Amino acid sequence: MTDTASSPVSVDRVVVRFAGDSGDGMQLTGDRFTNVSALVGNDLSTLPDFPAEIRAPAGTLAGVSAFQVQISASDITTPGDSPDVLVAMNPAALRNELRRLRKGGTIIVNQDTFDERNLTKAGYTTNPLGDGSLSEFKLFEVPMTSLTLEAVKELGVKPRDAERSKNFFALGLISWIYTRPIEPTLEWINKRFARNVQVLEANTLAFKAGHAFGETAELFDHTYEIRPAQLTPGLYTNITGNIALAYGVIAAGQLTGRDVFLGSYPITPASDILHELSKHKNFGVKTFQAEDEIAGIGSALGAAFGGSLALTTTSGPGVALKSETIGLAVSLELPLLIVDIQRGGPSTGLPTKTEAADLLLAVYGRHGESPLPVIAAFSPAHCFDAVIEAVRIAFTYRTPVILLSDGYLANGSEPWLLPDLADYPAIDPGFTTEANHFDEDGNAHFWPYQRDPETLARAWAIPGTAGLQHRIGGIEKEDGSGNISYDPENHERMVQIRAAKIAGIAKTIPPVEVLGDEDAELLVLGWGSTWGAITSAVANVRARGEKVAQVHLMHLNPFPANLGEVLARYPRILVPEMNLGQLTKMIRAEFLVPAEVVSKVQGQPFTSGELEDRILLAVTETEASR
Amino acid sequence: MTDTLPAAGDMPATSRKDWMSDQEVRWCPGCGDYSILAAVQLLMPELGVRPENTVFVSGIGCSSRFPYYMNTYGLHSIHGRAPAIATGLATARPDLDVWVITGDGDGLSIGGNHLIHALRRNVNLKILLFNNQIYGLTKGQFSPTSEVGKVTKSTPYGSLDHPFNPISVAIGAEATFVARTHDLDRAHMMETFRRAHEHKGAAFVEIYQNCNVFNDGAFEAITTKSNRGSMLIPLTHGQPIRFGDDNELGVVSDAQGQLRIVEVAEVGEDALLVHDETRDDPGLAFALSRIATGPTMPTPVGVFRAVERPEYTESVTAQVDQAVESKGRGDLGALLRSGSTWTV
Repeated sequence: MTDTASSPVSVDRVVVRFAGDSGDGMQLTGDRFTNVSALVGNDLSTLPDFPAEIRAPAGTLAGVSAFQVQISASDITTPGDSPDVLVAMNPAALRNELRRLRKGGTIIVNQDTFDERNLTKAGYTTNPLGDGSLSEFKLFEVPMTSLTLEAVKELGVKPRDAERSKNFFALGLISWIYTRPIEPTLEWINKRFARNVQVLEANTLAFKAGHAFGETAELFDHTYEIRPAQLTPGLYTNITGNIALAYGVIAAGQLTGRDVFLGSYPITPASDILHELSKHKNFGVKTFQAEDEIAGIGSALGAAFGGSLALTTTSGPGVALKSETIGLAVSLELPLLIVDIQRGGPSTGLPTKTEAADLLLAVYGRHGESPLPVIAAFSPAHCFDAVIEAVRIAFTYRTPVILLSDGYLANGSEPWLLPDLADYPAIDPGFTTEANHFDEDGNAHFWPYQRDPETLARAWAIPGTAGLQHRIGGIEKEDGSGNISYDPENHERMVQIRAAKIAGIAKTIPPVEVLGDEDAELLVLGWGSTWGAITSAVANVRARGEKVAQVHLMHLNPFPANLGEVLARYPRILVPEMNLGQLTKMIRAEFLVPAEVVSKVQGQPFTSGELEDRILLAVTETEASR
Repeated sequence: MTDTLPAAGDMPATSRKDWMSDQEVRWCPGCGDYSILAAVQLLMPELGVRPENTVFVSGIGCSSRFPYYMNTYGLHSIHGRAPAIATGLATARPDLDVWVITGDGDGLSIGGNHLIHALRRNVNLKILLFNNQIYGLTKGQFSPTSEVGKVTKSTPYGSLDHPFNPISVAIGAEATFVARTHDLDRAHMMETFRRAHEHKGAAFVEIYQNCNVFNDGAFEAITTKSNRGSMLIPLTHGQPIRFGDDNELGVVSDAQGQLRIVEVAEVGEDALLVHDETRDDPGLAFALSRIATGPTMPTPVGVFRAVERPEYTESVTAQVDQAVESKGRGDLGALLRSGSTWTV
């Protein structure tokens, strides 16, 4: 017997993928493993990957739910390309997920589920555990169900209920293999299941049994350790994009000094923001679950008129429904945040899978000339700062702002160095409280479309302000007074003013920074959640001695002021996008540069490996053409 | 005419002109909207409220121009969405008096969903639905309240759609206050609007309004002065339901609960239905709304239903207050640290 416990093998990083039936608790298992890894100081990045069906028929390929996490002793930006370890709770999970596993990787299966019925449901004609088809992997067969039943027997739980704890058995086993401390998980189980003592005890026993199994079964040669990563010192938490976004909204409420109003209609993958904000009413947050997407944004616009920090949260199909109201907000020139957690489309598309194909919808998807600012978050934790930036623009310029995130950022997580709100400048709503126009007879008036000469933002007086009563609407308004006007020249002037106001935001956004080799011939230009994979791929290509430059955009409308000048310096520009080339199209139209798209629309984020290959190819081509 | 009105509770701090904006009113000459506007502007000073704390929100349609003519805060929004927008405003700002101005097309067709949900939530909105049974601003198509067979530009062979009865819709949508009035009786309008304003929660008022360009005379059979006595059935809480030029007609409920119009002389006053707007069961109010299938038959006007139910914006505010009380005013730093944390 090898002395496993005392001599763990040190590795720099590991990618683990948990897969099972939708009801097997794989998301929870992955999430716990992630959190414990965070507590020991690893850097990490996660990718929950689940089907749209809540519980597809048990044992089928359609019902497979997976959670992938990369834990690392060094700085990482992606959840990893190919898992090193696949935990498969049934044959369907094995069949569905095996293609992702790296050659020579480890498979841990719940042996008990590999019976004829489950094998047939998964489409296996022979049992892969015995037919030699897994010979190029390290296969561990563990009877997780029966060991779990045995472990919890003393509690007298019905077998069907007892079996449910098998994910904790798996978690215990993986925790042992990767030398994760068990106390945080035990504490978490105590808290989470405090209201159901039997479940609490069953999960505890199953978790301990899994851990003990690793130690005593002599199945595994040794354990592994992943040392803490060298991160910036400070207090960290593990955060998903949607939670970071919700916290950002609360923070923005404090920075503006305004109460928050969220009008929203449930939609995957945005609903978690509604759920999270609904918990925090003691921050002066009002959440309103509307009758439909249109009422979600309508109510938010009403609250914005009343002076709230107002937002609506949705995904692509919801943005389509909200378009008319977004147009009204453009015309009313009121601050309003529209959060689009993008998912696969068109139509219902792939509700639980990621995509970033709403960029053109966000920038152009309204009738008439109705420009608005669009910004995109680039990592789960960055959602926090992205919201604050969106709110800054919305309040400063009196405009709706679309904030783009996606399913990958929404549900994925990473360690987050907790920010201090004192480091963020306050955002002054700048309400008008006195008359701002005097006619020739000296009478005082409030003109809602009187503008700040610098920002072109209109005057904003909220109901309750005596003497400044005014009426605004979607009909074209007279420049200044805001009265209805059908005058042709006035309309053109207002169209130009609205465009100039949005374009002028570029003056207050930071110039783009070129990362990597500024003097490279090739620039990789990205936006949104591709940041992790691009950053990792660019680092790998540069580690091979090739030169590559990288620019990542947060502001997509308007673009940073120096973008055109930066792009002009590079003969070749690659734009990885989870669409068919939407930023590419915008860049080509705006700057007349030969940007080329690197497209992926599989409902899955880019892996850094596939981008690395693509960048290397481009580098080689560029060198050859010289 | 105003002597039927109860005295204002508060000293009126405003006069009619404080509620009139400087904008030129641009409805067609002779439009019923003018008299509704006048009734509202005359009523406001009597309510003891302030223009700066009052907001009129509208959708799209002739009636939806209304906010421009009130010297209050106003929002002329998009088609059908006024109840949704007003819900957000009232919820965020329960200190405001929020009125919704809508029409039969705006409120019952494109915006039907928002209307019913605002009503069932009992949001503190005063919803005035101008029903002229026609699309006016788009120049004369049939509306969801137009009678079957209506010949319009979009229905040259007559419309096929069965109409909504707005009062029935509102009662079916769990409205806590439902009333009907018409544009030819200023005193009745003012009294009805006053009741709506007093009501805590969503108040729905249908106003029969004449469109003299595209649907002239739609309500003539019941609203012209000479016909009112015999064709309008005034609903007065606690009073037997009777009408007629000489009050000779009344409403009774038969054994099956079916309402019928009868000669009072034949059944005796005691047999008449006594109107109870506070009845929890909406069945009788609904039955009253069905006495007439259109404005060509004796039609009830006044308050059909006025019941108490928790008001939405107050409940929302109470939840926020309660959260602050039990958890303390939110501390962002503590929230960020509330999950598992570790120090590097």
